[in-house]
Amino acid sequence: MRREKVDVLIVGGGAAGLAAAISATESGAKTVLLERDRSTGGVLNQCIHNGFGLHVFKEELTGPEFMERLWEELKEDVIRSNFTVLEIKPDTREVITLSEDGIIVFEPKALVMSTGARERPLNSLRIPGSRVAGIYTAGVAQKMVNIYNRLPGKKVLIVGSGDIGLIMARRLKIEGMDVVGVVEIMPEPGGLIRNVVQCLEDFNIPLWLSHTVIEIHGKERLSEVVIAKVDENRKPIAGTEKVIKVDTLVTSVGLIPQNELIENFVEMDPINRGPVVDDYMRTSVEWIFAAGNNVAIHDLVDFVYDEGKIAGMHAARYALGEKLPEVKYEFVRGKNVGVMLPQKFTGTQPFKMYIRPTKSLEKSVLKFSDKIIRKFNWRIRPSEMIDLVVKNFEGFDSKITVEVSNLD
Amino acid sequence: MTKKLTCISCPIGCELTVYVEGDDIKVEGNRCPRGFEYAKNEVTNPQRMLTISVKVENGVMDLVSTRTDRPIPKKMLEEAISYIKGLKVQAPIKRGDIIVKDLLNTGANLIATRTVLKK
Repeated sequence: MRREKVDVLIVGGGAAGLAAAISATESGAKTVLLERDRSTGGVLNQCIHNGFGLHVFKEELTGPEFMERLWEELKEDVIRSNFTVLEIKPDTREVITLSEDGIIVFEPKALVMSTGARERPLNSLRIPGSRVAGIYTAGVAQKMVNIYNRLPGKKVLIVGSGDIGLIMARRLKIEGMDVVGVVEIMPEPGGLIRNVVQCLEDFNIPLWLSHTVIEIHGKERLSEVVIAKVDENRKPIAGTEKVIKVDTLVTSVGLIPQNELIENFVEMDPINRGPVVDDYMRTSVEWIFAAGNNVAIHDLVDFVYDEGKIAGMHAARYALGEKLPEVKYEFVRGKNVGVMLPQKFTGTQPFKMYIRPTKSLEKSVLKFSDKIIRKFNWRIRPSEMIDLVVKNFEGFDSKITVEVSNLD
Repeated sequence: MTKKLTCISCPIGCELTVYVEGDDIKVEGNRCPRGFEYAKNEVTNPQRMLTISVKVENGVMDLVSTRTDRPIPKKMLEEAISYIKGLKVQAPIKRGDIIVKDLLNTGANLIATRTVLKK
């Protein structure tokens, strides 16, 4: 067993972790980034579609291009691949890892958690029926097709209209699969509208809203599923069942932030399902910072990148002995606010805030404790994060209620 | 003619209303100039970026991801896809390398979006 002292240790080498490594090294901290896979980049490796980087690079890039840009931006060699973090000990500030070199215990001055999210599996939907071959999450299907050059099957139904599901509908169609359609239990698509347009409409793939899969049939391999229309309580309506013969089911039913390593000792947000953070991306444990989809599920990799940069920079400042300001303000969720971050802030610097409304509204306003902060003259949706820069903190109490309401 | 569109220029997805009267095109609902361009093209000659992978020989990966360096006419997508699926390229490939110059006379090049080293 070996021990290693570092200034900043980063766990996870996706977009957030790479961005954190860029800013931490630029700030002069001795940095190590641990990646459990063979290579960094995370999900960017397999996201060969475009739409990345418009905010960060002012260009429309694909996932691999965005990833390689980050590699180029990272001037120092700080990446250690094939590393698994087994445990983080908050009291002794030790991080126990396993790699080809055996067990290494890191003693970082600051830690950045950028462990991303995992996909919700089909079993979380509790659909009765066989558990047969031919059922994949959209991300796994994406990895098969885009990295390993394998098709998951011949005829596919997609469950859930999240962005990855929509993108996979197009991708599998391009690769020659018969894509029967996409079923979505909610009355609205779960992904971005641009993806509904260019992934489904362009390729004549039907989208069945307010529909779900209620049965799965097959012996060894999937042979058919039964779908049905649902009422406003998402209960299947009798008589609307339809049998669909497919050998493949691809699910895109949500992402779950991965926080197993820290959730027992940092303050967690039950709605975001990630750690509570402040404007320095600091968790309730002062030496632990977090950024990316483990904090909350983001719409854009650009947002994740920005957060990673902030977390890395402040982790470096903290590790190099600077005392960071204390939290002075707290946001409290009011009406129609779902995912929200940061939840706390110091009031010492302008910062970016992200809010996901819980329902769609035609015209609306964002309020901080009854003060209108922003007006939206367009339709806002749960599937699209609102991002805003908060600059002015004067005149607010330490608790600020955040609310999104109809414009009267 | 009035048409409702959702802009796909970026992930925001502005809801656009396009008014066409002869050569005169008016757009409402766009939050940036790209929305106007998109709406204008969409009612005259719809264009799409194509992202697709190409088979690689002697590479550390079996596929290289590629994209067109500018949008191509939507009506040519199918033809472009079947043409590209018949291609094979040799590793090594650098990001930005041109895989197909002037793809099917569209004026767009098909370029590599990642680096694939030689096996």
